[in-house]
Amino acid sequence: MPEKVGIYVCHCGSNIAGTIDVEEVAKWAGENIDDVAVARDYKFMCSSLGQKMIEEDIQQKGLNRVVVAACSPSLHEKTFRRACQNAGMNPYLFQMANIREQISWVCQDKEVGTQKAKALVCAAAERVKRHKPLEPMKVKVNPATLVVGGGIAGLQATLELADAGYHVYLVEREPSIGGHMAQFDKTFPTLDCSACILTPRMSEVGQHENVTLLTYSELEEVSGSVGEFKVKVRKKARYVKEDLCTGCGICVSKCPKKVVDHDFEAGLGHRPAIYTPFPQAVPRIPVIDTDSCIWFERGKCRACEKVCPTNAIDYEQEDEIVELEVGNIILATGWKLFDCEKLPQYGHGRLPNVYTSMEFERLCNAAGPTGGKIVLRDGKTEPESVAIIHCVGSRDARHNSYCSSVCCMAAMKFGHLVLEKTKADVYSCYIDLRCNMKDYEEFYQRLLGEGMHFVRGKVAEVTEASRTPFENGKLVVQLEDTLLGRQRRIPVDMVILMGALEPQADSKEMGLKCGLSCGTSGWFTERHPKLDPVATMTDGVFVAGACQGPKDIPASVAQGAAAAARVQSMIARGVVSIEPIVASIDEDRCSGCRVCNNVCPYGAIDFNAEKEVSVINTALCKGCGTCVAACPANAISGAHFTDEQVFAEIEGVLWDAGQDEGQAPEEPQREADSVVA
Amino acid sequence: MKYAYYPGCSLECSSAAYDISVREVADVLQLHLREVDDWNCCGATEYFSQDELTACSVIARNLALVDPQLDQLVAPCAACYLNLKKTDHLMAEEPAFGAKVNEALAAGGLHYDAGRVRVRHLLDVVYTDIGETAIRDKVVRPLTGLKVAPYYGCQVVRPLNSFDNPEHPTRLDELFTWLGADVVNYPLKSHCCGGHMTQISEAQAFELIRRLLQCAVENGADMILCMCPMCQLNLDAYQRQVNNYFSTSYNIPIVFFTQMLGLAFGIEPGKLGIGKEIIPIEPVLRAKLSGATA
Amino acid sequence: MITIPADKRGLTFLDDVVAETPGGERLVHCMQCGSCGGSCPNGPDMDHTPRTLFALIEAGQRDRVLKSNTMWRCVSCYSCTSRCPQNIPITDVMYALKRISLREGVANGSDAPALARTFTGLLDKYGRSFEFGLASRYYLFNKPLSMLKMGPLGLSMFTKGRMSLIPTKIRQLGQLQAIIKKAKEMGGEA
Repeated sequence: MPEKVGIYVCHCGSNIAGTIDVEEVAKWAGENIDDVAVARDYKFMCSSLGQKMIEEDIQQKGLNRVVVAACSPSLHEKTFRRACQNAGMNPYLFQMANIREQISWVCQDKEVGTQKAKALVCAAAERVKRHKPLEPMKVKVNPATLVVGGGIAGLQATLELADAGYHVYLVEREPSIGGHMAQFDKTFPTLDCSACILTPRMSEVGQHENVTLLTYSELEEVSGSVGEFKVKVRKKARYVKEDLCTGCGICVSKCPKKVVDHDFEAGLGHRPAIYTPFPQAVPRIPVIDTDSCIWFERGKCRACEKVCPTNAIDYEQEDEIVELEVGNIILATGWKLFDCEKLPQYGHGRLPNVYTSMEFERLCNAAGPTGGKIVLRDGKTEPESVAIIHCVGSRDARHNSYCSSVCCMAAMKFGHLVLEKTKADVYSCYIDLRCNMKDYEEFYQRLLGEGMHFVRGKVAEVTEASRTPFENGKLVVQLEDTLLGRQRRIPVDMVILMGALEPQADSKEMGLKCGLSCGTSGWFTERHPKLDPVATMTDGVFVAGACQGPKDIPASVAQGAAAAARVQSMIARGVVSIEPIVASIDEDRCSGCRVCNNVCPYGAIDFNAEKEVSVINTALCKGCGTCVAACPANAISGAHFTDEQVFAEIEGVLWDAGQDEGQAPEEPQREADSVVA
Repeated sequence: MKYAYYPGCSLECSSAAYDISVREVADVLQLHLREVDDWNCCGATEYFSQDELTACSVIARNLALVDPQLDQLVAPCAACYLNLKKTDHLMAEEPAFGAKVNEALAAGGLHYDAGRVRVRHLLDVVYTDIGETAIRDKVVRPLTGLKVAPYYGCQVVRPLNSFDNPEHPTRLDELFTWLGADVVNYPLKSHCCGGHMTQISEAQAFELIRRLLQCAVENGADMILCMCPMCQLNLDAYQRQVNNYFSTSYNIPIVFFTQMLGLAFGIEPGKLGIGKEIIPIEPVLRAKLSGATA
Repeated sequence: MITIPADKRGLTFLDDVVAETPGGERLVHCMQCGSCGGSCPNGPDMDHTPRTLFALIEAGQRDRVLKSNTMWRCVSCYSCTSRCPQNIPITDVMYALKRISLREGVANGSDAPALARTFTGLLDKYGRSFEFGLASRYYLFNKPLSMLKMGPLGLSMFTKGRMSLIPTKIRQLGQLQAIIKKAKEMGGEA
């Protein structure tokens, strides 16, 4: 059957039509590209009328190939494939040309833009003519789910799924689940005790029959795809046998070594070399910190072993790799605090009574190092005045240009706690107050009523250099009070720095393992910022909580639940279709050299010793094309990315390349290339 | 190591002690400084206030005069250092502007290719290129017991900075630790000395000078170390006027860091311009550093 | 409260300032946080903090900005520039405002413009700065009464060999002056 191609060029309102002469592109395509039966432009191709136009043309004009030149295929490829399918055409005989993100949004010259649009349309048409009908592959969805990160978002996702009757593997890097929320004293704006609302969830997860808890463990490797992921998890050596330990805590209390706890206590408290991060830890099984343990350091001690009533201590324990099979993955890996010493003008690390927000959380936590007493670094003096500095490392083009979104509210929470527990004056030094969720503005009103001072201005510096007797012995916060238009110096005893929320240091590597990308700020990129906030560009991988962007507790919980709901719908579907874009081997041409077996990054190629040929495991193949390029006998081809298709596409892009020599071109040529670059 | 050397106008006369001591110290450290022939004034901040193109053209003449065989230019004065560096930077960042500067230079038969000369401050060269080991090796008279307050000022560490922290610089502190001195914690070490404000608004300038003196004295410093002629002049020559103005009695010597570096290297005080300061350093040296007095 | 009237020349003022400042396009990103005003060692002596000045520029208040003493109180310490969270080259904006105010003949920075002119006048003449000449000329013409106070300082500088009564000239003065002449022709001197 001869190819009959339909070409549809979208205006996208003025998004595309503003920079590209879409009528001209359609007209040109109809006249110049071979086998084009119909070429049209339309205001919004993705609208139901636009889709109907394609369907009618397929049925009435007998089209058997369709090209839509519009936005990114990540937005609407599915839409148009479905339209083609509705009209009885194989959806893989459709091709999209992205003339919006790749041209109109990045180009200002209409002539140049139009020229490049022709090239992309031509490329898509030449390619689509060589497409073969394909059938999507069906994969059964493994009902087990992997959740990475045991903070509040991960806990919520875990409980939702486990309560629905599905198995969850919860992997947490720290020795206990709980995340940052376990470190907090109170939560805004309701001032619930953080531990009181969190720890019941932690124990629920710890005891749930459908949850396998893998703490002190890290995600090592992910292979496979939606429905049938294979995952390797590194269980780091705890040096405590989990099956024998009863969590009695005798080892912890008898350990003779104490070190500063820079993790849970943010450097304010101490912990033994064998420890659980906090009393309500789940699980209650301790770990030995080999960097501080006397036995690991000097080969002496073994006190914990001597006192353990169940012989659970095992100094020979090694890391263990656990292999799991799951259908879906939820990443809830959270955030880390900005290193406030990157702003030396605020004195953290140099001036003792300058605290980070996390240090202050521990300072006012009833279970913290001071038993919740708000005192200076000397451990006894109550501050008479406290300044809270907002936007430390946030809204700062030198560090993180985004707003960390939770700090304004956390600062007010701190203000409330200081006012409640001490007689101190509290100053909040802010640029803009952002209190825009339910009951947040009311909390601000409450703090105004409680007498917290709000000073609008980004703090310039915190200094111990006094200018007046009144400032002697104080930390002086210097800023412009922008509402007065004057410089002010506020002498205080304590300064709290509201450090930015930042992506985890290894978020990029974590993203790579799971096929996710990070945005410019380093947060995981969701599939759609508005309409699909917990899915990602990789099917079966979801994100929840602050790993996707700064978030408070309610929003993290909501995302945890949302991700779990998405996973449940996958499980309920039972079977998912996956793109049939996989490699295949022509057995007649395969020489059995096995080059491909080793280059495959997914371990998807086996060797059939009997037939002496390599065989692709289509369930594992991701269609990356590495083997196609590596095969010395040209025996492998990638479905939907055959050499013929790719070369035709290149020819199409270069439709005007030969015109330089012969006749004078009627349109500018090389500029189009420079726009591409 | 060979460098072009741009002393700047202050070092010719009012801060001759800086120039003399730089040359002495450079000899010991085997830094070969070749003075730019017939250099002209960098215009300080004053030309930029009037005409940016002329400001940069005047400065670029010096860059153009750097011996073609040398690719690094050392300036001990903070203002000169910044002006030279800024001009090179502007010419590189905005080629159209660079072309205009070159058009002006052409009127004098000169040309400068942006980026050809790397402008360095003397402290950076001493700290980075010479380094700790070589400097410790040369110390024959450690500054043990001497409490020094390193003062960085503004223009070396702040804009276009590449070798120290703009908020909390430490290179001079480290250097003097190598010499055995007791470096005092000096929170205002990169705060402003008032610059040319002594000429325009006394009250304003004197207050800035007072704060610096007060901070150093409070922290027990015997002397303040400077790396900029303007800072030295303001803190030293105006110290008595500041005392009159505020009824204070500061009497803290202000010296160039190279003078103390020279003393640590065993160079005679007289060869280091010691004695040219208005607040004499001699009593401190006699009390704290026997054998270092003239 | 005074209502700020709209001013036709004000409409383009922000653009003028941006065009006059290298890297000035960042100016439109000012979010009025006040890091600059808080950092400025001379902030208390300015009639407007730098941040206020930027708000006035945004509001097109050409005259109020150009007659302000703010930029003339700037000593180029660059504290604001190194702290500005929006990477605005604030010190360079101040230089630009000085130039525009001189060009338009509205500079109102007490003695600062005079000092600048005296300084560069000597540079043009000798190729080097001449501290004695600068001090004597500047004080004579601008603050003769203060000359008496400066006497003892000048004398001690002189006795310490730190002040010369004769200027140094560069050898190729003609070359420098040709460069200056050309630059001024091209740039349009203030």
